[in-house]
Amino acid sequence: MAPVNLKTIVREFNLEVIADFGRLEDIQIAVADVTRPGLQLAGYFDHFGPDRIQVLGNMETAFLERLTPDDRRQRLDALFEKGIPCLILTRSHAAWPELVECARKYEIPVLRTQDITASFTSSLVKFLNVELAPRTSLHGVLIEVYGEGILILGESGVGKSETALEVVKRGHRLIADDLVEIRRVSDTTLLGRAPEIIRHLIEIRGIGILDVKELYGVSSVKIQENVDFVINLELWDEKKHYERLGIHEEETDILGIKVPSITIPVRPGRNLAIIVEVAAINFRQKKMGYNAAKALTDRVFGPDY
Amino acid sequence: MVSRTVLFNCDEALQMKAVAVLIQKASAFRSSIWLSRGERRANAKSLLGVMSLGIENAAELQITAEGSDEAEAIDAIASYLAQPEF
Repeated sequence: MAPVNLKTIVREFNLEVIADFGRLEDIQIAVADVTRPGLQLAGYFDHFGPDRIQVLGNMETAFLERLTPDDRRQRLDALFEKGIPCLILTRSHAAWPELVECARKYEIPVLRTQDITASFTSSLVKFLNVELAPRTSLHGVLIEVYGEGILILGESGVGKSETALEVVKRGHRLIADDLVEIRRVSDTTLLGRAPEIIRHLIEIRGIGILDVKELYGVSSVKIQENVDFVINLELWDEKKHYERLGIHEEETDILGIKVPSITIPVRPGRNLAIIVEVAAINFRQKKMGYNAAKALTDRVFGPDY
Repeated sequence: MVSRTVLFNCDEALQMKAVAVLIQKASAFRSSIWLSRGERRANAKSLLGVMSLGIENAAELQITAEGSDEAEAIDAIASYLAQPEF
């Protein structure tokens, strides 16, 4: 897990910097949680997480406004003293001189947004969750086919990139070729994207590097997509057993999440793009409750089999 | 599985070429070969993957190889990265 520095947050949310003491790049946020320090301003600090971003909204500012400047300074000082990473004012609330004074004393940045508190904190938590999620990079291709994010894995030279190119040509979208960065953004969701340096590039042996976005247009690419389904491509092995019916459910483990997967044997002359496309449709159909293999057994052996 | 850390030693103007030759060298082995830099890990046989590591001169790289010819593979890749010739 890589922490996020404050500068990234300021840039992402277009925050106004009231005071930064040149520390925006040094301060790292490592928890995906923010605090509205209502109780803390009232003097209660048990269970306080000083590593969280502090947000002052309408309620907190109204409370502080009612105090005398001296009292206000004391309470803010108690909060800053804990070594919080930064303090953010929402709804463009003005910063009292006492607040800036305390911030200067401990060199803690003060930032401001015009957004309302609830929507700001929820987007901030969502952003932090994605940035701080456990991550891994896999050698493969991520494409979106009929709305399903499909991760194609397999040895070098098995034809992943060629398959991706043809899938794109058939009207679907490329997210990443060669190296896919995957983050576990929740207990059920994996999000994949390409490292920025090689985003939307594809390498085809014999031709070289292609820029899919320039060649096929914006509608042929996507920045990120969930990993819904994994297709393992491997060279056809005469001795290995491949799924014939589609009743057996295979899974691939990525960052502790089990993703439904299939293994497709590759042999010259097999049109992989069509196979990938039909696997995506079939996967959607199974998700919606219909399984062709199950329907066939029902027909052959009766529904009670 | 074998693993080793090396420093990439290459003049800036030659980097792109050096990476292309590296891929060719890696592809000649049967083993799976991985290069890691920081938290990013790329297949040494994939051009875009290695490019995405953003290797510059004096970058510290970890090489990992697994397979029937892993020992030869790691020797070849490590000595190439420490002194690219093409």
